[in-house]
Amino acid sequence: MNLKAITQGDSGTAPVAELAPEVAVQPRRLVRRGLAIAGSIGWYLGLLLVCAFILLPVSWMLTAALKPDLAPVYTIPPQWFPTHDWHWDNFYRVMVNPLFPFLRYMLNTLFVVFANILGILISCSLVAYPFARMRFRGREPLFYVIIITMLIPWQALVVPQFFFFYHIGWYGTYLPLIIPSFGGNAFFIFLIRQYMRSIPKELDEAARVDGLSYFQIYWRILLPLCVPVLTVCAVFTFIWNWNNLLGPLLYLSNNSQYTVAIGLASLYQGTITKTNMLMAGNLLSMIPPAIVFLVIQKRLIGGIATLGLKG
Amino acid sequence: MSFVLTLTRRAIVGAKGAPSKRPRIEGRVARREQRAAYLFLSPWIFGLVCFTAGPVITSVILSLTNYSIAFPTQWVGLQNYWTMVHDPIFWQSLKVTLTYVLMSVPLYLVAGLGVSLLLNMKRRGVNLFRTVVFLPYVISGVAVAIMWSSLLDPNFGGVNWLLRHLGVANPPLWLESPTWALPAVVLIGLWAVGGGAIIYLAGLQNIPEQLYEAAAIDGAGTWQRFRYVTFPMLTPTLLFVLLTSLVSAFQVFDVVFVLAGGPQGTAGSALNFYLLNMWTQGFGNGRLGYASGLAWILVVISGLVIAVIFRTGGRWVYYEHEG
Repeated sequence: MNLKAITQGDSGTAPVAELAPEVAVQPRRLVRRGLAIAGSIGWYLGLLLVCAFILLPVSWMLTAALKPDLAPVYTIPPQWFPTHDWHWDNFYRVMVNPLFPFLRYMLNTLFVVFANILGILISCSLVAYPFARMRFRGREPLFYVIIITMLIPWQALVVPQFFFFYHIGWYGTYLPLIIPSFGGNAFFIFLIRQYMRSIPKELDEAARVDGLSYFQIYWRILLPLCVPVLTVCAVFTFIWNWNNLLGPLLYLSNNSQYTVAIGLASLYQGTITKTNMLMAGNLLSMIPPAIVFLVIQKRLIGGIATLGLKG
Repeated sequence: MSFVLTLTRRAIVGAKGAPSKRPRIEGRVARREQRAAYLFLSPWIFGLVCFTAGPVITSVILSLTNYSIAFPTQWVGLQNYWTMVHDPIFWQSLKVTLTYVLMSVPLYLVAGLGVSLLLNMKRRGVNLFRTVVFLPYVISGVAVAIMWSSLLDPNFGGVNWLLRHLGVANPPLWLESPTWALPAVVLIGLWAVGGGAIIYLAGLQNIPEQLYEAAAIDGAGTWQRFRYVTFPMLTPTLLFVLLTSLVSAFQVFDVVFVLAGGPQGTAGSALNFYLLNMWTQGFGNGRLGYASGLAWILVVISGLVIAVIFRTGGRWVYYEHEG
């Protein structure tokens, strides 16, 4: 069905519509036209099914979040939509819940996220600059080192990083979640370096003649031109850190420090959880990355397509 | 991992395009440039030593000790690896992960391809569909796991409600059943299949239109156009997605961490993925040295699988420039 839809679609419909009536009645053309329409219907049907598979779970979560406390969230037969009692205040209640200070978690996460964005933007653009523009001994080998570091899987790093941070006394603080971003990230260095190489070299040569230092060229000329690629890096950093479970799981020990991901995980694993609250919190946790995605969709998809960063 | 290989290839090709003379570092100006360059590199060098290269070396060393936070550390040689081989939990977790890889990777590969073929057509509304399909990519594993745990509730969940309406009298118990817990995780992963579709779509859009026109002139039908144009041109993307899917399938953690510790995670060992076991051994039981060893075994296993696929890839992957 899919394949039919693909090829019949673009090539099929337009010419048939323009045909003179006496030609159009020929049975072969009618068959072709019929196939084109069938292809169209198949296409919409197929994608609507895919979208239903994606959106229905979200709507299930929304209705579960809106149900009242006392009535069991789950009834037999399951009630997809609450017929009465829409408790929009659940969202407010979950935010200020003393056992589960969701608003606090949100603010904690935002702090970690923005500190990481700052670290990534500073370090990666600084490091990308010499790789894109300057001549120095060891440029090629060091660039390969950057690429090789992308191959190191996280599980090989978890224990030694914990060992390191634990022994320098950073356990229970946000530092292990933030400081590594100031050491650069291989993906982003690569991405920014590629982008910088596409900027005409004459620009910084002219600036050099005018007596600007390397740092001034970086700061005043290249960085403003790199805003598009820096945005992509910032957005990826936002999404990854917002969703990061492992880091907070390893290093945060105190409920009041929790980020959204670990807060939700521990709420879910707790025993006294009300499902409507859990679902309200879960839905709220999805909103910031979703907004970021919707706002900057095109560039983000471009970035995923280039780097192949699959979830 | 595969993207790195693509990147390497791209970097080499890029280097060839640029004047490839070795930079000759001479004179005062050049030396000043070099000094400035290393100053710019210093954050990364710091990061490399502290957060990447240093830890990798430490990790190998730790795997040869009985390091834990509570007790003094001792050198134990290959003891950790010896323990592993005799630990049924290790084998069980390896089996779970490999089963998951075999179940999920082909499914996601085909489903992602199907969805991206649909999304590649220029029709009214396609942008809206793309947005919806790609959206799950940005949602966290924690949120996805919690959402699906409610949907997969055997008695009250939406999935079994649907199945009962479709005439299935005794729908599976999903996360509460040892048999169905793993398929449930595969189903949950399918929800975010749009991540792969993004990469496929980029590959599809790189196929030159002329090829389809030429095929149409030669009288190729729908299936023939897919079989002889789309598919061969897409094989590099397929290899790419296959390798990234393998890597992420070996490294599943967030979703199963949440589910296995949750109220429905009664299926126990059915969801004891390799990295979950590593987590439990290292941070639950405090055997951090042993956990380092576990990490390296997974690195070796997944590295081998990927190397085999990469080597055999040449047989079915078509690169345009090779003719």
